[in-house]
Amino acid sequence: MSRLNDQNVALAKEIIARYPKKKSALIPLVHLSQQQNGYVTEAAMKHVAELIDVTPAEVYGTATFYEMFRFEPTGKYLINICGTMSCALMGGHDLMHHAEHKLGVKAGSTTDDGLITLQHAECQAACTEAPTLQVNYRHRFRVTPAEFDELVDDLRAGKLDGEIPPHGTLGRNRQHIPADRAVGAVPPEQVDGAPAWVTIKEEGS
Amino acid sequence: MSAQGSYPWAAGYYDDGDRPQIVTSRFKYEDSHTIERYHATGGYEGLKKALSMRPEEVHDEVRKSTLLGRGGAGFPAGVKWGFTPQGVWPRYLVVNGDESEPGTYKDRLLMELDPHQLIEGCLIACYAAGLSQCFLYIRGEMAVAHERVAKALDDAYAHGYIGRNILGTDFSVDIVLHWGAGAYVVGEETALIESLEGERGMPRLKPPYFPAAIGLYGKPTIVNNVETLSNLPFIALNGSAAYTAIGTETSPGTRMIAVSGHVERPGVFEIVNGSTTFRDLIYGDEFSQGMREGRELKTFVPGGGSAPWFLPDQLDIPFEGREASSAGSMLGSGAVMVMDDTTDIPAAALTLVKFYAHESCGKCVPCREGGTWLYRIVERIVAGNGTDADLATILEVGESICPGDMPHAASARLGLDAVPFPYKMTTICFVGPSAYVPIHSAMTLFPEEFEAIVTKREVRTTIPVTAVPVGGA
Repeated sequence: MSRLNDQNVALAKEIIARYPKKKSALIPLVHLSQQQNGYVTEAAMKHVAELIDVTPAEVYGTATFYEMFRFEPTGKYLINICGTMSCALMGGHDLMHHAEHKLGVKAGSTTDDGLITLQHAECQAACTEAPTLQVNYRHRFRVTPAEFDELVDDLRAGKLDGEIPPHGTLGRNRQHIPADRAVGAVPPEQVDGAPAWVTIKEEGS
Repeated sequence: MSAQGSYPWAAGYYDDGDRPQIVTSRFKYEDSHTIERYHATGGYEGLKKALSMRPEEVHDEVRKSTLLGRGGAGFPAGVKWGFTPQGVWPRYLVVNGDESEPGTYKDRLLMELDPHQLIEGCLIACYAAGLSQCFLYIRGEMAVAHERVAKALDDAYAHGYIGRNILGTDFSVDIVLHWGAGAYVVGEETALIESLEGERGMPRLKPPYFPAAIGLYGKPTIVNNVETLSNLPFIALNGSAAYTAIGTETSPGTRMIAVSGHVERPGVFEIVNGSTTFRDLIYGDEFSQGMREGRELKTFVPGGGSAPWFLPDQLDIPFEGREASSAGSMLGSGAVMVMDDTTDIPAAALTLVKFYAHESCGKCVPCREGGTWLYRIVERIVAGNGTDADLATILEVGESICPGDMPHAASARLGLDAVPFPYKMTTICFVGPSAYVPIHSAMTLFPEEFEAIVTKREVRTTIPVTAVPVGGA
């Protein structure tokens, strides 16, 4: 359970093929597993390790460095409220206190119905639109307490399903490089010499 | 509240024919991110022009433009490209779209609102510098940017702009969209490369100082910021002279600056580089239109969370690197955070100390231990439980991260002279010093506020910025 399914294995192979070295696909594949399972499981990390020829410990070691990977069940919606300077200056901390009361949970935990996980977040690169939050990494700008309540009600009623996919889904579309146009990735040690369009032969090459 | 992807204010900010617009010229259109709009507004003409020239001629144009890197260090892009060792292949382009410096956002807008301009810039860079594969590393938390760049890449492949034999020439390159997963330190270029290799995003030991020599997979690698690359279509199409005609000799062209905090009209503005001053930006009618509710300016952070703070005394300094350095700070990533007279300075500084303490990757001891110490101590002070010894300990911990003189602004009120930027550091990258910079600025420029809490134990009635404990993300 929770290894990548057949469809995602096919996608994983497509992603791996884009990189000159397989291990570069580590983070994209852990994302893919989180999209499938909602969080990162041990079985999925072992599967990713098999796919890119590294040990499960290497996958675990890298994955645990990054904030976005979660290793326990997470709500369908992850709400991150920013508390860094520009948001704090415009009431970000008050918004967090309000959110904790509205949801009945402390930051860092999930509502009893398992739908919403609330978290503190650092700068979300929308500083002029403070205070900001993200729902599954999609911004909401200049959020008032009343608007926060409305957002939660809409999420619970399923009104935003079209705009906000479940936690783990990074993009609703992903890049597909067409086979007839792709140059293809070559392991760096197999490259000998300058690319075709580099017209002047450099000294020593 | 408004949703992402729509920027109702964009028309008001960018539909302004008077100011030169190099990278934000399409932001006024609702469909600015589509290939149709890009084609209708001169899109991919810069690439065609570049392909009609020899690669080294394109490189020369970029060198002559003195286009300065927009990631924070401000290093000339054309010079950086020239650091690749002769005869070593392959060479890669890594696009730094891991924007997460507090106060900063311009790369996210450029990726969401004009992804084709960035793609065209990547292609021109690859052609000019002989780079045979491009990795576009986007910060993981930017879901909308991922969607729009992915769609733009698919469209550009379908139109023959990317891939094999681009536009019928022997120029061939793939652009691969790569997902980050949340780590501020990955914005440092060697950490970015580690992350792209599937490792923990920790900066590499220096030397080598430039990944142009030894980068991705140990091969020559150019790492450029999103805004830097977005300038290339203009330079390729119009030539370096058209670019240097804007701005000043040492800081040509334009740059994008985010103004946030206590101003009347916060926003991201494309300003003329070198000559525009902080006063223009904060008080100008075409920019932020002054302080909110007519209040007084207390202090501002001029170049992202890592930059030492400026006072109203420094408002007439222009966006020019050397002038900012001699005044005690830096222009950094193009972000101005403005605080008015209601701001609780220790609490405001705490938000930044907490940020950098949290984002330490743990590789260098002074940052890993020192950043956390600073955070704990400042948190205690802001909560009203600080002691005089705490203030001394902050300086002692700071000395272990940044030995010697620490840059700061001049203050007529306190009779202080400026100490020029930069500082010395005991860490590989700037995360460690950045945890010390905000608290050092706050204590140096507003000593009475710390005295009020620590020594006099005054009860504060208004705390517009309140402290929250570290937890979660």
